[in-house]
Amino acid sequence: MKIRIKFSKRGNIRFIGHLDMMRYFQKCMRRADIPIRYSDGFSPHQIMSFAAPLGLGTESDAEYMDIEITEDIDRAEAVKRLNDVMCDGVKVLDWKVMPDNSKTAMSQMESADYLVICGDVELAPLQKDEIPVTKENKKTGESKTVDIKPMIYEIHKVPEGVFMHIAQGSSANLKPSAVMELLGTGYDRIIRKEIYDSNGLTL
Amino acid sequence: MDKTFLSEDILLKVDKPARYIGNEINMCIKDPAEVDIRIAFCFPDVYEIGMSNIGMQIIYGMFNAREDTYCERVFSPWFDLDAIMRERHIPLFTLETQTPVRELDMLAFTMGYEMCYTNILQVLDLSGIPMYASDRTDSDPIVFGGGTCAYNPEPIADFFDFLYIGEAETRYDMVLDLFRKHKGDRKTFLREVSHIEGIYVPSLYEPAYNEDGTLRAFTPKYEDVPARVKRQTVIDMDSVRFIDRPVVPFIKVTQDRVVLEIMRGCIRGCRFCQAGMIYRPQREHSAEYLKKYAVKMLEITGADEISLSSLSSSDYSGIKELLDFLIEYTSKKKVNISLPSLRIDAFSLDVMNKVQDVKKSSLTFAAEAGTQRLRDVINKGITEEDIMSGSLEAFKGGWNKVKMYFMLGLPTETDEDRNGIGELCERIAENYYTIPREERNGKVQIQASSSFFVPKPFTPFQWAGMKTAAEYTEMAHQVKDHIREQLNQKCIRYAWHDPEVSVLEGVFARGDRRLSELIVTAYRNGCMYDAWSDSFRADLWKKSFEECGISPDFYNRERETDELLPWDFIDIGVSREFLEREWNNARLGRVTPNCRQQCAGCGARSFEGGVCFEDKN
Repeated sequence: MKIRIKFSKRGNIRFIGHLDMMRYFQKCMRRADIPIRYSDGFSPHQIMSFAAPLGLGTESDAEYMDIEITEDIDRAEAVKRLNDVMCDGVKVLDWKVMPDNSKTAMSQMESADYLVICGDVELAPLQKDEIPVTKENKKTGESKTVDIKPMIYEIHKVPEGVFMHIAQGSSANLKPSAVMELLGTGYDRIIRKEIYDSNGLTL
Repeated sequence: MDKTFLSEDILLKVDKPARYIGNEINMCIKDPAEVDIRIAFCFPDVYEIGMSNIGMQIIYGMFNAREDTYCERVFSPWFDLDAIMRERHIPLFTLETQTPVRELDMLAFTMGYEMCYTNILQVLDLSGIPMYASDRTDSDPIVFGGGTCAYNPEPIADFFDFLYIGEAETRYDMVLDLFRKHKGDRKTFLREVSHIEGIYVPSLYEPAYNEDGTLRAFTPKYEDVPARVKRQTVIDMDSVRFIDRPVVPFIKVTQDRVVLEIMRGCIRGCRFCQAGMIYRPQREHSAEYLKKYAVKMLEITGADEISLSSLSSSDYSGIKELLDFLIEYTSKKKVNISLPSLRIDAFSLDVMNKVQDVKKSSLTFAAEAGTQRLRDVINKGITEEDIMSGSLEAFKGGWNKVKMYFMLGLPTETDEDRNGIGELCERIAENYYTIPREERNGKVQIQASSSFFVPKPFTPFQWAGMKTAAEYTEMAHQVKDHIREQLNQKCIRYAWHDPEVSVLEGVFARGDRRLSELIVTAYRNGCMYDAWSDSFRADLWKKSFEECGISPDFYNRERETDELLPWDFIDIGVSREFLEREWNNARLGRVTPNCRQQCAGCGARSFEGGVCFEDKN
């Protein structure tokens, strides 16, 4: 049975990287006695995947993780058991049974909302038809110019700083920090607020 | 908690910021305003190493079990953060409440290896606490320490207000009760605490030296201070408290698993082994205690692996019962079992077959020496027959990787013994090829490695001499060359430990109080993380020795049995007469039976428990 878990990651836990978060959740599954499915083979591992790695230092109100379980467990019970074993800053928000043929969160993800906490900022540099950005491939050393304008679906000022809805996924991917760099503004914190699929629905 | 002592820009700049933020599962949270004693507890190495130390977890739980005490953790900042802290004058802080160490009442160190000494100074220095105990005032924390290195505390004695000799469970409550009573009055507290058995207050003792530099006398300065310090030992192992809330790190640490301490001490009596002497007598937990404990620890931590910890797990009398239970439990729960220090025989091979992927795992033999003669000298109770029959059995079961551990520079060692290493490896390889080709799992791979023997205090070899780094290198080359002459040399890989590190370890292991100046000088010259081969700076140590006018040769020479040794004032329960007898037996090549075969009269019986009284109750 496929399960999608939604959780938040706030506070100091933002300094824990993606791979360590996976290890953290593997232990949580054991502590909470979740009947998670394991792979076959001599050293079985838990079937678990995340929608998208969160950069070190970034917080989130909407992280998604897919697991499989071997026996059904009541939604509220599962959320409670997991939250009983969470550390400060991580909270399980939802536990959803997915259809057996559903795609992974990672492959469904198309865009995400971000809130960037910062001082006053001028959005004018983005009011152009094209925003070419040159990126160097670290492995090959080749550089490539991409227009990131179509990847910014929405951006506006809010009292805390800037809100943006940008492309996130395998087809097009933009980092919120890259947008801030373009604006030439420093910031205090980036918080991922939500992740959406190609239909604009939350995962 | 949403507070970090370091600013965001620093945390995002340094490698693995998780080392510095605390907040792990099972971290102890208390209100500092509601306790009387605040202790910073330090393992003077990087977080991943310190958090793997079972002693640290035991003591953290023990201190925090006291309502009047809050024990927080602190580790050596890695080089990147160390540099930033120096540059920006940021003081070292605790993980739990992110408070500068200096603001706490006490700073404790646990020391498992000599090569951590410069890191002790790093922690004191970054904390803003004077390195020398004599420079501290009532406003500084009390600095104390314990662990294996405390059995010869003299090289670091000047840095400590007091040291605890032995196992922590027995006396710390008394020590902390006394501290609470005399808090703020360093002088009175230290004088009083010296009366507690097992406590050593270096400033209350005075060494005197002969003209040749050897120790002439070591005496208390006052009549009420005991002349001998008695090592502390837990007798009823099941009476010690569970580590009921082990802290679970976010980042991958060296021991990323539940470590189950099944017993303390060892019955074997290998003559080079310090742990085998200072933890006598061998004392076991009951299998019932361990089963309960294993399940509880796995449930609390969510770990996916459990490891048995002891000096020689095969000698644990309940090993079969415990492993049967663990194999059943862990296979249900998809948890791995790792089994270090198991003797290779039919039983352990059967167990390994059940819990490990044979194709990936390797067999380990700590033969220590290349010939039976030398193995008898060091009283290593493993014979060629054990190695041959054990490995053959394993080869038939599908194993093809063998790890062989040796020591070089052992007392009485000759060319023949060194050549014996290659010859033994060759015989193991030939052993492999006696099994029919179709039953073999590819080629045999033998990985031999040697370290250089370092004489340790309170062992029968405490009088033995060491060689120079150049001589050690030559020995290792001899071994290597002889391996290359073997028929199956292509199957044998050989590596050796850095001899410069061993020589320095030897100096500290048997050093005296005059070495504190050397350690400070080396630290000032930039030495730190000496246990890490990448950061060990032989050149800076050489320079520091010269600046202090200290010669490593003085400390690494062979010593006469009538010489007063710097650690003789500590009473470990094993007598000097026994050690001397064993030193003689060694040189005669005479084997001493293990504790279960026949009591050798070492003196540990005086603790009135453990293996000495097995089957006698």
